[in-house]
Amino acid sequence: MKAFSYERATSVQQAAASVAGTPGARFIAGGTNLLDLMKLQIETPGHLVDVNGLELDKIEKTGDGGLRIGALVRNTDLAADKTVRKDYGLLSRALLAGASGQLRNKATTAGNLLQRTRCPYFYDTNQPCNKRKPGSGCAAIGGINRNLAIVGASEACIATHPSDMAVALRALDAQVETMRPDGTTRTIGMDSFHALPGTTPHVENDLAPGEMITAVTLPVPVGGTHIYHKVRDRASYAFALISVAAIVQKDGSGRVALGGVAPRPWRIEAAEAQMPQGAKAVTAQLLAGAKTTPHNAFKPALVERTLAGVLAQARS
Amino acid sequence: MSNAGEFELSRRGLLVSGGATMAVSGITQSAQAQGDTATATAGTPHLAEVNLVVNGKQQALRIDTRTTLLDALREHLHLTGSKKGCDHGQCGACTVIVDGRRINSCLSLAVMHEGDSITTVEGLGNPDKLHPMQAAFVKHDGYQCGYCTPGQICSAVAVLDEIKAGIPSHVTGDLTKKPPLSRTEIQERMSGNICRCGAYSNIAEAIGEVAGMKA
Amino acid sequence: MKFDSPAGDNPIDQLKVVGKPHPRIDGPLKTSGKATYAYEWKDIAPNPAYGYIVGSAIAKGRITSIDIDRAKAASGVLAVVTAQNAGKLSKGNFNTAKLLGGPEIDHYHQAIALVVAETFEQARAAASLISVDYKRGDGAFDLAKSMDSAKAPPEGWSGPADTAVGDFDSAFAGAPVQLDAEYYTPDHAHAMMEPHATIAAWQDDALTLWTSNQMIDWSVGDVAKTLGIPKDKVRMISPYIGGGFGGKLFVRADAILAALGAKATGRAVKIALPRPFIFNNTTHRPATLQRIRIGTGKDGVITAIGHESWSGDLPGGGAETANSQTRLLYAGANRMTRTRLSVLDLPEGNAMRAPGEAPGMMALEIAMDEMAEKLGMDPVRFRAINDTQVDPEKPERRYSMRQLTKCMEIGAEKFGWDGRNATPGTRREGRWLVGMGMAAAFRNSPVTKSAARVRLDKRGVVTVETDMTDIGTGTYTILAQTAAETMGLPIEMIEVKLGDSTFPVSCGSGGQWGANNSTSGVYAACMKLREAVTQALGFNPQDAVFADGKVRSGNRSAPLAQAAGSNGLSAEDFIEYGDLDKQYQQSTFGAHFVEVGVDAHSAEIRVRRMLAVCAAGRIINPTSARSQVIGAMTMGVGAALMEELVIDKRFGFFVNHDLAGYEVPVHADIPHQEVIFLDEVDPLSSPMKAKGVGELGICGVAAAVANAIYNATGVRVRDYPITLDKLIEKMPAIA
Repeated sequence: MKAFSYERATSVQQAAASVAGTPGARFIAGGTNLLDLMKLQIETPGHLVDVNGLELDKIEKTGDGGLRIGALVRNTDLAADKTVRKDYGLLSRALLAGASGQLRNKATTAGNLLQRTRCPYFYDTNQPCNKRKPGSGCAAIGGINRNLAIVGASEACIATHPSDMAVALRALDAQVETMRPDGTTRTIGMDSFHALPGTTPHVENDLAPGEMITAVTLPVPVGGTHIYHKVRDRASYAFALISVAAIVQKDGSGRVALGGVAPRPWRIEAAEAQMPQGAKAVTAQLLAGAKTTPHNAFKPALVERTLAGVLAQARS
Repeated sequence: MSNAGEFELSRRGLLVSGGATMAVSGITQSAQAQGDTATATAGTPHLAEVNLVVNGKQQALRIDTRTTLLDALREHLHLTGSKKGCDHGQCGACTVIVDGRRINSCLSLAVMHEGDSITTVEGLGNPDKLHPMQAAFVKHDGYQCGYCTPGQICSAVAVLDEIKAGIPSHVTGDLTKKPPLSRTEIQERMSGNICRCGAYSNIAEAIGEVAGMKA
Repeated sequence: MKFDSPAGDNPIDQLKVVGKPHPRIDGPLKTSGKATYAYEWKDIAPNPAYGYIVGSAIAKGRITSIDIDRAKAASGVLAVVTAQNAGKLSKGNFNTAKLLGGPEIDHYHQAIALVVAETFEQARAAASLISVDYKRGDGAFDLAKSMDSAKAPPEGWSGPADTAVGDFDSAFAGAPVQLDAEYYTPDHAHAMMEPHATIAAWQDDALTLWTSNQMIDWSVGDVAKTLGIPKDKVRMISPYIGGGFGGKLFVRADAILAALGAKATGRAVKIALPRPFIFNNTTHRPATLQRIRIGTGKDGVITAIGHESWSGDLPGGGAETANSQTRLLYAGANRMTRTRLSVLDLPEGNAMRAPGEAPGMMALEIAMDEMAEKLGMDPVRFRAINDTQVDPEKPERRYSMRQLTKCMEIGAEKFGWDGRNATPGTRREGRWLVGMGMAAAFRNSPVTKSAARVRLDKRGVVTVETDMTDIGTGTYTILAQTAAETMGLPIEMIEVKLGDSTFPVSCGSGGQWGANNSTSGVYAACMKLREAVTQALGFNPQDAVFADGKVRSGNRSAPLAQAAGSNGLSAEDFIEYGDLDKQYQQSTFGAHFVEVGVDAHSAEIRVRRMLAVCAAGRIINPTSARSQVIGAMTMGVGAALMEELVIDKRFGFFVNHDLAGYEVPVHADIPHQEVIFLDEVDPLSSPMKAKGVGELGICGVAAAVANAIYNATGVRVRDYPITLDKLIEKMPAIA
C-alpha cells in the first residue's frame, strides 16, 4: 500500500472538488472494498478523502411517495429500515444475503454500488487483467471462470459485478443521485449506471472524475411478492454463483433481475412479459446469446431452475 | 554465496512496478504487474494524529495513515487479543465493537476512527473476571486453537444486541416482524467469523446459553 | 519407560481426573485474548522491525534479473534479503522446495525476497517496488495428464508402492458383483486461522524464534540445517498455535526469512505470511485420482478389493497414499493397492489432517455405498459382513481392538437410519430433497517416543515441561489431567508449559499421535517423580498411595509438598515402545451418519444432521476429544461440499488463494453435531490405554455427505467437491 495523504471532507462539493483536483485521489467511506484492494496494490491512491462525516446517512420519504437513501447509509441500517422492509423487501433481502454482519455495518450504499469484481485474476497482480491494467489481456478467458459472466461480457473482460444490493436496486428501478465538483447534480438510472466492459473494462460506471454519489432514490412501491434467491456453495458469507431478484404480482406479472451472470445487474424488461409463461421462457430471453465456458456452463440451467423455484414460492 | 553470477541485480529499472512486479520473457502469454512507473513509489509516510477510546481508556496515537485499526490495536497499543487472520475482511478474527457495532478492524483505517469508542476482547473481561460470553465459550468448549475466538466472542456479544434491536438477517422469515432468537438466526449472523477448527456447533450452544435459549 | 507388554492396572485407571470432561485450562487466556501467539510477543524484543515477503510470479523457470534498489531506497527500509545476498542456505529435511527461491523458481509464490523496514506499512509498500524479470520454464500442472509418466514412489510411512495378496485380477474378474470406478479429490488447503508467523532475534550466534509450529524438534533441526548453524544454537518457542492441521509441521518461509532479516539488520524481525500468499507459498494436501475395484459374491462378501492412487508433487516430494486404509479396513482374500507419483510443478504437497486416509476414505466409502446398492444390501450391513478382526494382509496379526461394527450399529440406531429410504430421490420436505448417508471411519494410531520433565515445588504444584504443542487439540488440559491423576493432585495444582525447545523432546502434534504419546511421556515422568517423592519421604515405594495431595504408605502420610523440600524435586523420562504395534494392528474406528437437504430447484446442498460414533481407546478428556471430532466433521463437510484449490493449468498456480476464494464451512453450514465415544480401553496401545481421535474424525465424513446427496437426489458424484453445478443437469424433474 502506497503512502497516502488523508483529509476529512467538509462538504459534498468540497469532497468532489478535492478528488477531482488531486491526482490519484479517491473517496473513502466504509473502506471495506477499497482498503482490501489497496493492500494488494490493486488500488493505489495517493490521497484519500474521507466522506464519512458528511450527513448523507438519512433514509427519507420523497415528495412523490418514493424513498431517498443517503449515500452513506450503512447496509445494515438500510436492510433494517422499517419502510424498506415493508415496501422494498427485495432490497432488504439482497443486502442481507451479502457479505457478513461486520461488513454490512461498515459498507455504504454508494460504496456497495462501486464494488469491484471478485474475478481472481483481477485480484492477482501477477496476472494480466484488462480491468486492472488496460491492455494487459484477460487471464480469465481460457482460465478459471466458474464465477464469471455469461452475458454482457466482452473479448476484453468476463468479470461479474459482485453486488447483491445493486441487483435489487435494478429491479426496483432505482436512480443514483450525484454531485459533480462544480456543484451541479444529476440523476442516473440504475439501467445505465454500470457500464458493460466492451473494449474498456476498466470503465465500470457512468461517473465522471470526482463525481460523488449522494443518494439512491426508489420510486413509489410496486407491491407484489419480493424474493431474492442467492445461490452459492456455502450457506453464507460468499459471493453469488447466480442470484435471482424477483417481484411477482398476483396476476403472475412482475420483474426479474439477475446477479452473478453479467458485468452489471442483469435485467431485460422485455423478458418480463414472459413471466406468466414461466421460468423457461423468461430465462431464454434474459440469457439469449449467453456465452458460457466449460466452468460456467451450468449457469443458464441454474438460473432457470432457481427462477422456477422463486416463481413457485411466490405462488405459494 | 550460493547463487552468484546467475542472478544479476539490475539497475535498469525498466519494468513497471507493483506487487511482485514482473515481466516474462520466453513465452507468448506474458503476465504483467499492475501500476505505472511514474506514480509507483512507496512514498514517505503521512503521519496523522488520532484519538481513540479503547476499552474505556483514552489513547492518542500519531501513526502512518495506512495503519489499520487492527494494526493500531495490535502493534501500537499492544492489544493483541484482536487477531489478524486474513487482513482482507474474509475471516472475522479481527472483529471489534466500535460505538456499539461490530466491524472488521482490518478493513478500517485507524485515522478514520477519531473519537470512536472501541471495545476489544480485552475490554469484555479478563482471565480472572470473564464476561459471560467468554465464560460460556470456556464451558461449551467453543474454540480449539483459540485464534478466531476473540473475534467470535466480540461478534457474539454484538449479535445478541442486533437481534434485540430487531435487525433482520438473511434467515429471518417475516421481514416486517422482529427476528426471533433462534439457533438458525445465530448461525447465520455468526457466519462472518470463520473457525477452521470447526467449533461452530459448540459456539452456537455457548451463545444460546448466554441468550437464555433452552438447550 | 519402555512400553513393551500390555498395560496392567496403573494409576491412570483411577479415573479421578482422566476420562472426565474438563474445560480447557488454557480457556480463560484464549477467550480473553491473553494467550500469546507467534506474532504477539512484545517484551522479548522492544523494537522489532517488520518483514514482508515477495513471492515468485511464475510457477516454474528462473529469475533473470531482480531490481531491489528502489525498495532499498524506500522510506523506512532497513534491508532487502534475496537468495543472492542471503549467504549459503541448505534445504531442510522436511522441505521439498527451497524456502528462499532464486534464481531457479520451483513454484508460484515461492519466496524470492524479503523487505525489512521500521514498520509493517513501510515493508509492505517497499516490497511492491521490487522488480523481477523471469524466464518462464515448462512446468507440469495437470495430474490427469501426468498419469502416464507417474512412477512408483520409494517405500514410505505407508508402506510399499505396490501390495498384493492372493490373485486380485482373477478374483475380481470372476466376482458375480463388481464395481470399477474412478474418483477425484482436489488439492486442499489447511487454511488454519493463524497465518504462519515468526519473530526472530539473534544474540551473538544464537537464534531464537517465537513461531507457530507443531513439531518443535523436527523444526529446530531444519532451521539449523537450512541456516548452516548448530542445532543447539536454535531455540524455538511456540506455546500457542492458531491451528495447524499439518500445515505447521515444518519450517516455512516466515521462520527462515525472519532469521535472515534479523541477521541482516541486527534487529528482531517479525513476519506473518499474508493470507493471499499462504495458499501457494506453503504446503497443501495434494489432489488424488483413484481407481477402486471391488468384487463380491451375491452374498456381499468381498472376494477382491483393489485401490490405486495417483498424485503429484514437486521433484523429491512424496505421494498422497490414498489407498493405505484399503489394505486394512475390509476383509477379502484377494487384494491389491498401487501408488503412483508424478512430478507436478505446483506448490509443495504435504501432510494435511489424516494424509492418505482422508482423501482415501472420501473415495473408498463412496465405493462401498455404490457396492451396497448393487447388492441391494443396506450399507451398514454390507460393511459389517466384511468387517475383520485381523490384518487382512496378515491374518495371523490381530487388531489390538476393533469395534467398527459396534460403532455402525450404535450410530444407525441413534441416527434413525432405519428411516432411510434406499431408493434415492424419494423423500421431499418442502423445497428440499432429503437423503441420508453413512460411512465408516478409520485411521491408524501410531506410537512414538515422547519425553517430559515434571517438577514438584514446595507449594505442592507440579509443573510439566515438554516441547509438545497444543494446536487446539487440548494438549494443555490432557497433560494436566495425566499429571494430576498420576500424582494424586487436583488439576488446579498442575501447571503445563509447552512448545519450547529447551524442554524435553516430545512426539509433537501430528498423525493423531499427539494425545496418546505425549500423555504417556508425562505419565512416565510422573512415575519417576513418584519414586523421587517416596525416596525423599523415606516411604516404601511399593505401597505408596498418591491421593488428595498426599502420599500414604502404611500408616504414614505426608503432603506431597513436604517431599519437595525448599529446592523442589524434578524428574524426566520418556515413553518408548517395544513391538506391540508390530504384533497387533493399532487403529481407531468410527462411523459417520449424515442427513442432507438438496434444494429441488437450485440443487444447493445443506447438511441437516450429523453424528459420529468413535472407538478410539480411552478418551482422556471427553470435552476436547469431542471438539476434535466435531472440528474434523466440519472439515469433512468442507471437503465434501466446497473445498478445492483450483488450478490454473496454464500458469500453474492455485487461483483461489484467499479465504473468499477458498471457501471453508461457516457457521450456517454446520448443524448441531452429535458425537458418541464407545467406552473403550486398549491396554496394548500405551499405559494411558488411549489412542487418537483428531484425524479419525475427518476420515469418511465427506463420503457420508456424498452418499447422503446420492440418497437425496439419485445423482452420484465421484469428483469432489460436490457442488451444485455437478448435480444441476441430472436433478430429478421438479414436481
